[in-house]
Amino acid sequence: MTEETAARSLRPGSTEPAVVVTGVCGKLGKRVVRTLHRERRVAGVDRRPFPDRPKDVEHFPIDLRRKKTRDVFRLVNAAAVVHLGVMHDPRMSSETHHEWNVVGFQKLLEYVATFRVPKLIVLSSANVYGPRPDNPQFLSEESPLLGGASFSEIRDLIEVDMLAQSFFWKHPETETVILRPVHILGTVRNAPSNFLRLPVVPTLLGFDPMVQVIHEDDVVQAIQKALKPGVRGIFNVAGPQPVPLSRVLSILDRQRLPLPHPLFKAAIDRMFKMRLTSFPAPELDHIKYVCMVDDHRAREQMGYEPAYGVEDTVRAVDAERWA
Amino acid sequence: MAFSIQLARTAARDAVPFARRLLGAAAEGIESAWQRTVGQEIEDRIAFLPGVRDAGADAFGLDLEWSKYALSVVWMLHRKYFRTEVHGIENVPSGRVLLIANHSGQLPIDGAMIGAAMFFDAREPRIVRSMVEKWVQTLPFFAVLFTRMGQVVGVPENARRLLENGEAILVFPEGSRGISKPFTQRYQLTEFGLGFLRLALETNTPIVPIAVVGAEEQYINLANLTGVAKALGMPTFPVVPQFVIPGLQMPLPTKYRVYFGEPLRFDGDPDDDDAVIEEKVWVVKQTIQSMLNRGLKERRGIFF
Repeated sequence: MTEETAARSLRPGSTEPAVVVTGVCGKLGKRVVRTLHRERRVAGVDRRPFPDRPKDVEHFPIDLRRKKTRDVFRLVNAAAVVHLGVMHDPRMSSETHHEWNVVGFQKLLEYVATFRVPKLIVLSSANVYGPRPDNPQFLSEESPLLGGASFSEIRDLIEVDMLAQSFFWKHPETETVILRPVHILGTVRNAPSNFLRLPVVPTLLGFDPMVQVIHEDDVVQAIQKALKPGVRGIFNVAGPQPVPLSRVLSILDRQRLPLPHPLFKAAIDRMFKMRLTSFPAPELDHIKYVCMVDDHRAREQMGYEPAYGVEDTVRAVDAERWA
Repeated sequence: MAFSIQLARTAARDAVPFARRLLGAAAEGIESAWQRTVGQEIEDRIAFLPGVRDAGADAFGLDLEWSKYALSVVWMLHRKYFRTEVHGIENVPSGRVLLIANHSGQLPIDGAMIGAAMFFDAREPRIVRSMVEKWVQTLPFFAVLFTRMGQVVGVPENARRLLENGEAILVFPEGSRGISKPFTQRYQLTEFGLGFLRLALETNTPIVPIAVVGAEEQYINLANLTGVAKALGMPTFPVVPQFVIPGLQMPLPTKYRVYFGEPLRFDGDPDDDDAVIEEKVWVVKQTIQSMLNRGLKERRGIFF
């Protein structure tokens, strides 16, 4: 079945350089593809089905870890690889996580090197720095990646980020770009958007950290800008100006449930075990401490500029609910 | 049985709106009383600061609209409780400046009083951003209160960024060593950190030395228990009898005297050896110590 679909979606003989996007069937992947395919040839890799794919986008329903991924690079003249395929599902075992994220990414790096792909874009996250009480208000790209200290599930992402960094040094012929966006909000199904979609949002009593959020389309914009030849390196990507968490909740007009930290933590731990929530307790630090970034490098070197203000960015989490 | 349930239900249904109305009335009363006393002064002072009003929280979380009521508590302490005497505030230059002060008093009220002097007593009000121990960020309520009132986590990156914005930064180079001095060592400066001077050299910022007299006597600290502090994850654990005697939790109403010295300017390489930096820090420390000694000699009573 895989071979058949792959074959069908190919335009045989086409050597036009293409952008290969991994994790293309996620909400963000689809948005990236829809923006990019208007200007360039796009090939998507994701083992999930892609029912509403634009006609001119090739889809390879392949698992990144399989040998078959190599065929994608054989068949497509890859001008760039955009890696969005980082899985973050707290329900999966850490072995699966690791295998998928780290081993799969290593394979991908191998192909990028062998086929001398000129551009590699890796979507990391500002979460790799981790929310901590002694964080400077704005972290630079050189800040240590301490996100895994209290929250082990982020370690895969940190490892992916680090692998990309060493690839950057080892393969100067490839322009490697690592993007570290802040909390992405929108129709995406990630922890911050899911959290804000809760009908009653629990908060920590006596804590109201400053937060940065970014609209999913601004992330797409950053990816688009990173594709420009000459752009390489690590870039923090922040959205509009930072606001207190309470302001985010008042924009959404959500009911809040302030809970004392020990109680909240115990409740989450219990609920997580009973599979009533998918928020692991250490993620509570995100609504307790700051984890904000300085993105002047992205603004100056890539020409990135967020298009969405705070209100539109925050309201985007409800976009599908009312649509 | 059924009747009592009915009663409880009625009570619950009516009690909530009633309580809400009561709260609303109370809030209104407080608001107007506040407006009559301190409110006007605070509003006038905030009006001096362009761009702060209605801007919501700034990048560091400062929100004066939010902290208006907390500011009135500071005003009460400053004007009525400690009756702070402020000397030499005209020495503070406009633009970026590092305020360096002695730290004392078990609770960081000295920081609040320096901030109050800059806000209420300076010709043009300024917001002081003090560099605060990161431990505060882990305390519920205090984390929010400090942030909204413009205090920031004491790391060099934050200080650098604020100085580049032309702000006034307050640093206590003694840190928690200073604030929790036992009573026997009052007004003797402890070891100064070097970071503030490197920062001043790097950003070419004038240093204003500040001596605070009166804070040492507000709480009597008999000793510091380092073991307990470590176990509780606190910077220090002072033994202060006042903290446990009911009704005496408030600091003693000593009279505060805050002396602002003339700005000191230093030249040199910020990355010099500690020994070189230490010499410059020593100058600042000696200046503050002599200002303290002079202040102590001049004062006739602790409470007046």
